[in-house]
This record gives sequence, C-alpha cells and structure tokens, in this order.
Amino acid sequence: MTQVLMPALSPTMTEGKLARWLKKIGDDVHAGDVIAEIETDKATMEVEAVDEGKLSEILVGEGTDGVAVNTPIAVLSAEGEAPAATPAPALPKSRAGSEEAGGEDERQVADRAAAVRAPATVAATTPEKVWGATKPTTVREALRDAMAAEMRADADVFLMGEEVAQYQGAYKISQGLLEEFGPRRVVDTPITEHGFTGMAVGAAMAGLRPIVEFMTFNFAMQAIDQIINSAAKTLYMSGGQMGCPIVFRGPNGAASRVAAQHSQDYASWYAHCPGLKVVAPYSSADAKGLLRAAIRDPNPVVFLENEILYGQTFDCPTAEDFLLPIGRARIERPGQHVTIVAYSIMVGVALKAAETLAAQGVQAEVINLRTLRPLDIGTVVESVKRTSRLVTVEEGWPYAGIGSEIAMQVIEQAFDWLDAPPVRVAGLDVPLPYAANLEKLALPQPGWVVDAVRKIV
Amino acid sequence: MLRIRRFEEKAGQLYGMGLVGGFCHLYIGQEAVVVGVQLALAPGDQVITSYRDHGHMLATGMAPRGVMAELTGRAPGYSRGKGGSMHMFSREKNFFGGHGIVGAQVSIGTGLAFSNHYRGSANVAVAYMGEGASNQGQVFESFNLAALMKLPCVYVIENNRYGMGTSVERASASRNLSQNGAPWCIPGVQVDGMDVLAVHAAAQAAVAHCRDGNGPYLLEMKTYRYRGHSMSDPAKYRTREEVSEMREHHDPITAARAELLRLGVPEAELKSVEDEVKTLINDAADFAQTSPEPDAAELWTDILLENAHP
Repeated sequence: MTQVLMPALSPTMTEGKLARWLKKIGDDVHAGDVIAEIETDKATMEVEAVDEGKLSEILVGEGTDGVAVNTPIAVLSAEGEAPAATPAPALPKSRAGSEEAGGEDERQVADRAAAVRAPATVAATTPEKVWGATKPTTVREALRDAMAAEMRADADVFLMGEEVAQYQGAYKISQGLLEEFGPRRVVDTPITEHGFTGMAVGAAMAGLRPIVEFMTFNFAMQAIDQIINSAAKTLYMSGGQMGCPIVFRGPNGAASRVAAQHSQDYASWYAHCPGLKVVAPYSSADAKGLLRAAIRDPNPVVFLENEILYGQTFDCPTAEDFLLPIGRARIERPGQHVTIVAYSIMVGVALKAAETLAAQGVQAEVINLRTLRPLDIGTVVESVKRTSRLVTVEEGWPYAGIGSEIAMQVIEQAFDWLDAPPVRVAGLDVPLPYAANLEKLALPQPGWVVDAVRKIV
Repeated sequence: MLRIRRFEEKAGQLYGMGLVGGFCHLYIGQEAVVVGVQLALAPGDQVITSYRDHGHMLATGMAPRGVMAELTGRAPGYSRGKGGSMHMFSREKNFFGGHGIVGAQVSIGTGLAFSNHYRGSANVAVAYMGEGASNQGQVFESFNLAALMKLPCVYVIENNRYGMGTSVERASASRNLSQNGAPWCIPGVQVDGMDVLAVHAAAQAAVAHCRDGNGPYLLEMKTYRYRGHSMSDPAKYRTREEVSEMREHHDPITAARAELLRLGVPEAELKSVEDEVKTLINDAADFAQTSPEPDAAELWTDILLENAHP
C-alpha cells in the first residue's frame, strides 16, 4: 500500500487546490499516469503517479482548497491487497520552518557561529625576502620573462589569445615566445573571447595551466560569464573536485585617448568575487614576481596590467627563482602623517604626490596593494594605526570601488585610530571621454592626491 | 536506461515531498541518448553537459546514492551539498559537470578536447547541449575553434523539441541542427534519439572520427522529454496527445525491452533487472533522506585551493 502525497511543484509552493481527479477508485495506475490536476496561484499542474497499483482510496476530494504539501491525497494498493487504515506520514522537517516557529536549537546556534567565522586577515609579520642583484627592466620585459620562466619549468603551461604568437603580442608582451616554445604552446586564437575563454577554462579543469591574454580587459567582458560562473565558482560547486589553475591577464584601465569602451578599470568587478585571486602589479618586480606566482597558483587569477606601464623601466631582481607572494602589499615609501593606498598605475601617481607633500613637510606613507583579492588589509590597518589618516587612490569609478572597500575595512578595524574621515581619490563617475583635455580632467592626477591629503592633514 | 528512468521518477517524487530544492530538470524520455553515447566511449574520455544532467551522471557510472544525496543537499552528495541538481562532477568518472549556464559547457567541453589534443592523447571529449543551447553564440565560437584546431570533440545536440516552453521551430531558423557545424565543415548526422542502438551506432562513428584526429563531429539526437522543463513547468505549450504519442509508441525503454525479448532474453531475467534497479534506487533515496546535512564549516571550504608551491 502506497500513499500519494500532495506534491510541491516549485521551491516556494506550500499549498494548492486539488482541482480534479483524473482517476477514480478501482482504476489501475501505472508510473507516469496523470492522476490529478492541482492548481497553485501560478499554474495548473498535473500530478503523475510514481508508483504502481490500484487506486483504493481518495483522501482529498475534488475542489478542495489549501491542501498543504505532503498531505496524503490518495492510497494505491498492490494487486490483491486490502485497503488499510492510513497512518499519518512523517513530514520532512524544514529547518526554515522550525526557525520561524521561534527559538534556535543548539546546532543552529553553533552553525550560525561557524557561518560568520570568515578567514582572518592579519598583517604579514615576516619581512619580504631580499632578492639581491637587480637590473633595469621594463614591465613589458618582466611579464614576458615571467611567462618564459614558467613555461620552461612546466610543460603544462601555455599561452593563448589574440595575436600572441605570430604577431608577437598586440602590445609585444609575448615577444619571442613563439620562437622558443612553438605554436603548440603559444596559441593564436581568433577574435572570439567568449569561446576561447571557455575553452581555456575547460583545459584548466582537465589539468593544464593556461595563460589567457586578453588584448585588453575591456574585451574580457565578452567572456566574463566563463571567468566568474565557470572558473571562479566551479571548485566550490563541485565540493572541491574541479580546480581551475588559470591566469587571465592583459591591460586594464585607461590607456591614452581610446575613449570609454577601451578605458575601464575592472578591479572592483573581479575583486568582488570569491573564488578568484586578483592581482594588479605596478613595477617590473611586481609584474615578474607576481605573474610567476599567478601561473603557479592552483586557482584562477585575474592579472590586471596597465598599458601605460608596459614601457616604464624599474629595477627588477635578476635571481632565477624570484617570486612574490600573492596577497602581500608593499610599503613603497614610509611616512608618518598619512597613509596613501593605491594599486597599479596609481601607485606612481601616489608617489609623485608624496614627493610634493614632502616638500610641504608632510610625510606620506604610500602602500602599493599589489593584490586586490585576497586583500592585505593588515598592512593597511597597521599603517593607519601609525599615521591616523587614510587616502585611497584608484583610476576606476568611485561607486562601490576598491577605495570604498578599503575605507570601510579600516573603519571596522581601526576606527579609534583615525583622526579624520578617510578620503577617496578616484576617476570621475563618467564614461572616459576622448578629448585630451576632458580625459585628463577625468583621471586622478598627483595634484588630486595632494589636495585630498591636505584636506585631512 | 531503466536505472535513469527510475532514478528520475524517484527524484521527482522527492521533489514533490519538498526534499529536493531549487530547480530539478528530469531526463525522463531521453535515456537512450546518454546510454548509447556512453557505450561508445573509452576509459579517459570526458563528458560534460548542462543542467539536465542526472542521466549523464548515472551513465558515466556515478553512484545513485551520491547523486540523490546531492539533490537533497546532504553531506555525502557529489558536491558535498554545495552544487545541487545542476552542478555535480566526478573527476574519477571523467564527468565535468553539470553546468547551470546554458551553452557554457560547450566551450568548456571544447577545452577538454583541447587538453587531449595538447597532450597528444587519444581521448575524446563529449559535450552535450540541448537544442535551445545550440543557438548560443559561444557554441558557434566553439565549433569554429574545434574545427580550426582539429579538436577531438563530439558535440551532441539533444533536440527534445522544446527549450523550456519555446519549440525548436520558434527558436531556431535552422531546420536541421546536425548541419549547424557545416560552415566549419564539421560532419553531422541526425539520429533517432529514442532508439538506443541507433544512438550507439552513430556515436561509435562519431567517436572514431574524433579519435582518428579528424576534428570535431556533431550528432543531433531527436529525442523527447516527457516531463516539463523543470518540476515547476505546467507544460501548456504542447498537447497531452503529443506526449502520449511519444510515450506509448516511441519509448526507448519499452522498445529496448521488446528487442531483448525478441532476441530471446527470458522475461524472468528482465524482471530481475527491474527488481535490482528498484532496490538500487530505493536505497539511494533512503540514503539521500537519512544522510546528514553538510556541516556549517563547509560554507568556507573549497573556495580556493591551498597553494602547493608558493
């Protein structure tokens, strides 16, 4: 004997109307037969039998309103079985329901405690390793050297993207790689970001270690579903089975006079998402050390470069094994009066501002974030505890930007140390214009940072 | 096929009892497709599909207990209760999901084929999609990439005639989806997806083509889903007669059963298989209902992998 229960036909359905019986007592019922129709506020649905037997009892008559999900509505008997008294079914216990009823049990209290326990953020205590000899290197060369070094070390690492091979890179970042590694490992793709990004994600899930070059991150918007929904979330959704060791890299933010569609800073977009690491290098050392770490990382890493920085020269360690850890900020310039936090090209803007401020007698501490997720908030908080003032600098838009996040975390963790409200310096809240004068007016300049500091110092 | 059918009926029942949450897309009616294709595959070949995925998982050999426990959101589910009906995986069985974004699995599947090509292995990837997904831009991008790079990928369009409530005629100007790869010279055939032997024969040819280094292949399986798009779909876009016609005259399991009897397999043997399947599925359902929910600490696991070499 089998009970037929009032089914739930959507996640939100709690009750419905039993509109019509399509079988009558004594009818034979086979799995899949439609036996009744029920109505909810959204739709009329058919109830199909799951079990076989003879319909021996109808417990809820046609036209009955408000029949709760899981109420027995009929009884099926096996061949020759006599109808029997119907015991009440054990209803599945809904946790949400028991909470509504008021009061939490012990497990719920413990669960809630576990749920709010986010991984701790602490400042790194060990000093950064000293790497010895350096030589002047452009950011462009540093990026190329990083890829070449990792491709030599691991045969599963390969580079793909538009114009990366025969053309030697739209911005010449992959110069010489095709010659050294051949077309199997330096793969030109057609202009098809969505498709080749998905393909690279699949290759990574299968255990390879792709580096995907986007000609610019503006074009990665065509592929952002694959970056977020596939690369970033699948490890979690697979209960830890499907890792995705992949690097998405390319220039991010404004270049020069290329207007709004080619000039966007995606830092806060990607940094918003759990499952990704997000890196934004400034110097050649950042570029080389962090890109090598990104390629070795078993997780998807979004690596936000900057076109204007490509040609700039910085001293870069020459050690064979040079590597920088993801998730550690760097104090570029120490100071005791104000903390200026920046990333990517804005570190240079902040350093220029710090020079001007120094001439005015204000010593600014400039922090280069280097990684935006996981954020090294510990280094920022420790600095603010010394300076009591915070200015953030970013090229992207102010609304829900990186500066907003840093300011909020500092307020949460070091409110009592602050002597003034944090100040954000950011690109203007407009699509970036083309005209030279307008573009300059829209992007943060050293003078903006100086003015921001002078407001609070 | 019978295992998938009984599994899906049970999943639908558990959904009706409120034990399965969210969306639940049943595979009932389409069983011959995955079974016929899977039998053409070799160890190491990869499989990927979209969200109507329970059948694919069982066909690759994943355990009914683990799949059903994921449906009920319990700790021993394949994704430890964090994926649900649409997002399950098994590295052991080379099943790469279970993807919720329509069409995304086709590009990812192309990447699985890329990995075989890169490594010089003889393995083949099978990327399933519905006929609804076949209109996505990234599907055509994938066709181009796979043909350009000669990737060993079998694309299987499961044409069950309706993408949710929109019939294929209202969604696709292409009247023969098997030819959707024609601009890239991808060979394609239409197959009676209700006939497991026809599916198997077509899949063998497709897999052999890919394994021999000839690039991708496209199979359009003409199939039918008996149930709604998901559990909450009243299916008013088609007639009851249309569904009954397919069920009564084209059911893949009924046909396979008749064929086995014709070949002389004793009725008693079929009955014993039916009993075995029933026991297996009932056990999975019990397991899925009695297993514990995931520990609250699971919230914070599997977000990032630890770095093996910093």
